[in-house]
Amino acid sequence: MDYELSEGDAGAVLPTAIKILIAGGFGVGKTTLVGAVSETKPLRTEEILSEQGVGVDDLTGVESKSTTTVAMDFGRISFGDDLVLYLFGTPGQDRFWFVWDELALGALGAVVLADTRRLADCFPSVDYFERHGLPFIVAVNCFDGARRYSLDEVKAALNLDPDVPVTLCDARERESSKDVLITLLQHVMKGRGAGRARQAVGS
Amino acid sequence: MTPSDTESLWVDDDAGPVVRPYAMTRGRAAARNRYNVISLVMATTRVAPSLEVGIGPEHVHIVNLCQRPLALAEVAAHLSLPLGTVRVLLDDLLARRLVRVTEPAPTNLPDDSVFEALINGLRAL
Ligand SMILES: Nc1nc2c(ncn2[C@@H]2O[C@H](COP(=O)(O)OP(=O)(O)OP(=O)(O)O)[C@@H](O)[C@H]2O)c(=O)[nH]1
Ligand SMILES: [Mg+2]
Repeated sequence: MDYELSEGDAGAVLPTAIKILIAGGFGVGKTTLVGAVSETKPLRTEEILSEQGVGVDDLTGVESKSTTTVAMDFGRISFGDDLVLYLFGTPGQDRFWFVWDELALGALGAVVLADTRRLADCFPSVDYFERHGLPFIVAVNCFDGARRYSLDEVKAALNLDPDVPVTLCDARERESSKDVLITLLQHVMKGRGAGRARQAVGS
Repeated sequence: MTPSDTESLWVDDDAGPVVRPYAMTRGRAAARNRYNVISLVMATTRVAPSLEVGIGPEHVHIVNLCQRPLALAEVAAHLSLPLGTVRVLLDDLLARRLVRVTEPAPTNLPDDSVFEALINGLRAL
């Protein structure tokens, strides 16, 4: 069959697509941060997994298998025609490692959001990015009524590498969320300058 | 063709809404590709393909959507379909060369100019 292929499109220059992950425990403000900086409301997409979350199911005989739907929120920020930044909120449940691997593959870095009232909720995210060598920063999302810890206390509690930036944020505020992303980008840039080769996650 | 006509082509009468994505991909659950969620999908044609065996309304929808480059995840979100289903549909479109899919560079960090463009772009938001 013949489709009209227009020459202009065939040679169209694609933008560079960059991906950053926004991780952290349940309800810590991941979707809020994505929405605060993105050009549209956060979009939602799904991956269907086997019940164990070990991998994307081969759905042949779908009737007999139990599946789980894992939702991911994401947003987009375009910079002109040649650069687009995608922000992906990781699924709050860390048993879906397959989806984490898929999201982390090719990601530039990650923001781990932390709530000082439930600091332990971000441990799995920190562990994951340390294990996979994906550069990350920690952003402490300041919920009302949360006791204020110093950033050094947070750093110590998370047992972070000294050069991992820890910063305060309000995920509802665009300026604050922008600062978080800029801090991450500067951190990734610096790490690369120091010759720390980023490993491809999942390889 | 009215929407209900096209629907009936792609939904098995016995299949409930839950099963619909698999009906749409005619039972092929696994895509051959594992495209990254930020792989960019771009139509190679401005003319929407006509419905025929192997080309359903969702395929046409993707070609229409991807007149500008969209990430795989965006295509899935706009179609309200799971990523895995869209990967299968992309296989069909790729086989007919109706789209191009471009993967992001998997390991190489972008150069300084990209970081600077991102940082300056964010500051200017
Ligand atoms: N006070 C305060 N509330 C916040 C802040 N960030 C988010 N919230 C609120 O916390 C709630 C949860 O935020 P979400 O963005 O949905 O959190 P999430 O991490 O996406 O949640 P899950 O996807 O369910 O894990 C919402 O009601 C937000 O309005 C913040 O910085 N300060
Ligand atoms: Mg969320």
